[in-house]
Amino acid sequence: MSLLELRDLSVTYAGDVPAVRGVSLGVAPGEVLGVAGESGCGKSTISNAVLRLLPKSARVGGSVLLDGEDVYEMSFGRLRAVRWATASIVFQGALHSLNAVQTIGRQIAEPILLHEPKTSRKAADLRVGELLEQVGLPARRAKDYPHQLSGGQRQRVMIALALACKPRLLIADEPTTALDVMVQAQVLQLLTGLVKDLGLALVLISHDLSVLGTTCDRVAVMYAGKVVEEGPASVVFDDSRHPYSGALAGAFPRVGDPRFRYAPAGLAGDPPYPGDLPPGCSFHPRCPVAFDRCVSEEVELLDLGAGRRAACLRAGEGS
Amino acid sequence: MTAIAWQRRRATASRFWADFRSHRSALVGLGILLFFGLVAVFASVLADPAGLDVTKATAPAHAGPSGDYWLGTDQSGRSVLTLLIHGTRVSLIVGLAATAIAIVIGTILGIMAGFYGGWARSTLMGLTDWFLVIPFLPLAIVMATVLGASLLNIIIVIGVTSWPGTARLVCAQTLSVRERPYLERARALGGGDWHQMTRHILPNVMPLVLAHVVLTVSVAILSETTLSFLGLGDPTRPSWGYILDNAYGTGAMSNGEWWFVLPPGLCVVLVVLAFTLVGRALEAVLNPRLREGS
Amino acid sequence: MSALAARGVQVRFGAARAVDGVDLEIGSGEIVALVGESGCGKSSLARALLGLVRPSQGTVDCDDRPLDYRRLKEFRRHVQLVLQDPSGSLNPRHTVYEAVAEGLRIHKVPGDERELVAAALSKAGLRPPERFFLRYPHELSGGQLQRVVIAGALVLEPDVLVADEPVSSLDASVRGEILALLLRLRTELGLSLLVVTHDLGLAWNIADRVAVMYLGRIVETGDTAEVLTAPRHPYTKALLSVVPEIARQEPIVLKGETPDPSRIPAGCRFRPRCPAYAAGLPADLADRCEKETLPVLPADRGHHAACVLP
Repeated sequence: MSLLELRDLSVTYAGDVPAVRGVSLGVAPGEVLGVAGESGCGKSTISNAVLRLLPKSARVGGSVLLDGEDVYEMSFGRLRAVRWATASIVFQGALHSLNAVQTIGRQIAEPILLHEPKTSRKAADLRVGELLEQVGLPARRAKDYPHQLSGGQRQRVMIALALACKPRLLIADEPTTALDVMVQAQVLQLLTGLVKDLGLALVLISHDLSVLGTTCDRVAVMYAGKVVEEGPASVVFDDSRHPYSGALAGAFPRVGDPRFRYAPAGLAGDPPYPGDLPPGCSFHPRCPVAFDRCVSEEVELLDLGAGRRAACLRAGEGS
Repeated sequence: MTAIAWQRRRATASRFWADFRSHRSALVGLGILLFFGLVAVFASVLADPAGLDVTKATAPAHAGPSGDYWLGTDQSGRSVLTLLIHGTRVSLIVGLAATAIAIVIGTILGIMAGFYGGWARSTLMGLTDWFLVIPFLPLAIVMATVLGASLLNIIIVIGVTSWPGTARLVCAQTLSVRERPYLERARALGGGDWHQMTRHILPNVMPLVLAHVVLTVSVAILSETTLSFLGLGDPTRPSWGYILDNAYGTGAMSNGEWWFVLPPGLCVVLVVLAFTLVGRALEAVLNPRLREGS
Repeated sequence: MSALAARGVQVRFGAARAVDGVDLEIGSGEIVALVGESGCGKSSLARALLGLVRPSQGTVDCDDRPLDYRRLKEFRRHVQLVLQDPSGSLNPRHTVYEAVAEGLRIHKVPGDERELVAAALSKAGLRPPERFFLRYPHELSGGQLQRVVIAGALVLEPDVLVADEPVSSLDASVRGEILALLLRLRTELGLSLLVVTHDLGLAWNIADRVAVMYLGRIVETGDTAEVLTAPRHPYTKALLSVVPEIARQEPIVLKGETPDPSRIPAGCRFRPRCPAYAAGLPADLADRCEKETLPVLPADRGHHAACVLP
């Protein structure tokens, strides 16, 4: 059974800007779900929608089920208990959101003391030490201030912070974007290790399909607010059925593969602005294989069997 | 091509105006400034400049308001209203001209200090700090005494004493603009220091300076009033401070001649308030950092 | 013949040796990728090659003549820069036309400015160019902005383009288009290109040669296909193993991050993080790792690695 389930979720921002248009996804404990897409495709909106962190002016349709319970029907008190204790988020760009004048130990202890007010100071400190060791930092670093840590170490602290109240679902929004390849590998290794050891459900949001391809069990590719392809990670990456996921996969070449030598692959044009989407399949203006029906017909996700879905009129043709 | 360029500029201007208009207090300030501006421009039409001449004054001295003299007369029998109208012109000229001097000095020194950094910055900012900590009034009094009392000297005195604030502001802004990648691009294109300062830094510093100008004007007008009140003004060009000085010197304040004291005082307060209101609004509209905060 | 070359270049910032002796050549019409993690000195080396930073030792050669720092302006017409963040590298208050014409005005290039700007924009793939003249940077997408920056460099008809992470802040689907443009500029205009990047995939995509940099030195250099398919230096091997696209390989994840360039370890500078050294080496080899100062790698076209291991 899924820990998090999105059913036909849609989010419309003020000014009639549809950011997410009918997304259904699920993630089970011990599973890593990747959400891929470019800026403006709605992937970050989804992470905020899960814990009801959207601005008040945004209209939300469909439902978000956390452990079978609809997040949008919870009382505010219940919601507060669920935030952090059931599900927590590592936000994009969170590297700079640590408080510069507090030790990281105090910052990690804060949510623990907020959620379990009876915890003694000593027990909280002990837990902070455990958390730091869990993310691969020595417990004594709790006395350090954020400026004493490198980018990768700060990202580890952010993950420890998200784990503070023992959530069962972790959402990481671009957790490795500002990091070097080697540090990126370290952080990804840490995250997948946590999924294995703690049985976490992990939603990994990234623009880099290649990162998702190697870390995730399942991947959903988003374009203009919709999931255009979903399936087991390795298959979506290697044998995509939607031309957009194909292009994304091709954008990050396989080193050593002669097909990519002197042949960078990309798509002409830019992702559409959510408030001004083209008719029919919203990908058709950039699609290399579009034909006349693509311009007029809205395409829904088609079940392709073997746990795969794709929203393309040519998806059935195979490769 | 130029037609589109104009269209764009018009669009930018109208967006700016819409932003500005949303600050109600700024519109009030603008209205007041417009009024005083018109008075200054049409001073000679509104009141015969001959009325400023002590030898041609015919009315009784120290007279209260009447049908002929709406705001009464001064110690020599001149109409206070006439003095006030012509004083508007002098006060505004001094305020604007002194501000122009202060802004030019402050902007040049601020950009140079911020752009060159290091040795140049510590020297220039040291000089700025030095000017900031010297009490304004004694310095201005000494300078005005040494230079002699004339309108031009008053402008110079106020101008060269009120640039440090601008210099600090411009220096801080320059430091942040200097680190932007487009300056590195300009260097790689072969642009020299002059090119970088005039084409890239100045345009990005200007909006802040503009907002600061308006605030500086009000300080300059206050300074002029102070110096004239202390008798350091130009006796041949009556300003609001000059009227106040005369009122004080001839005992108008202790005799309860409110018409002699109150109008110039109110004018100073109104103009300074108006400039401040407009300046604050300009700052909010032009400075994106403040806008994000609101 | 080399279009641009570093000879024994060292760049210091205070006690930090950001670039600590580098020989590197960019042949005419050649694309060289300078690969490394942040803080390895690759951007400082690029800036030294552009004449933006003056090396504390060594020289920068342009067309086989040492760069004369009194005649930098002339040099600028030969070597141009493309930066990482296109939205930051354009002045927000300048239109596209002004941004591209900036170089022409600085160098007082004769000819019809309008035509030259239009030609540069179309070379960079912005067609029809007139449509972009009066746009401001905030109205364009990241890919279009990067094309404007490239056009601004091309307008001076340089021989060499130095691109610092040209696609790392762009959307994935746009990335390939910009790289394809860089490749096309090489074939059509004969441009030489130095691409500074942390991304080995990018090097595989477009570069003829790769130089891998670690802590101020080039630790491995050679033909792209050779270096990336048969790496010799343990650092290159580790970097390659963590490229997510290569799933077939067990990742060698190094501990820690690039160390401080003001405290470069004695002997081999990679030793504290070297997985081969940590796994245990025969005493004589380990001794050489600890004591031997490795020579600067030559700038020729061969495959070299700065490592005592065979």
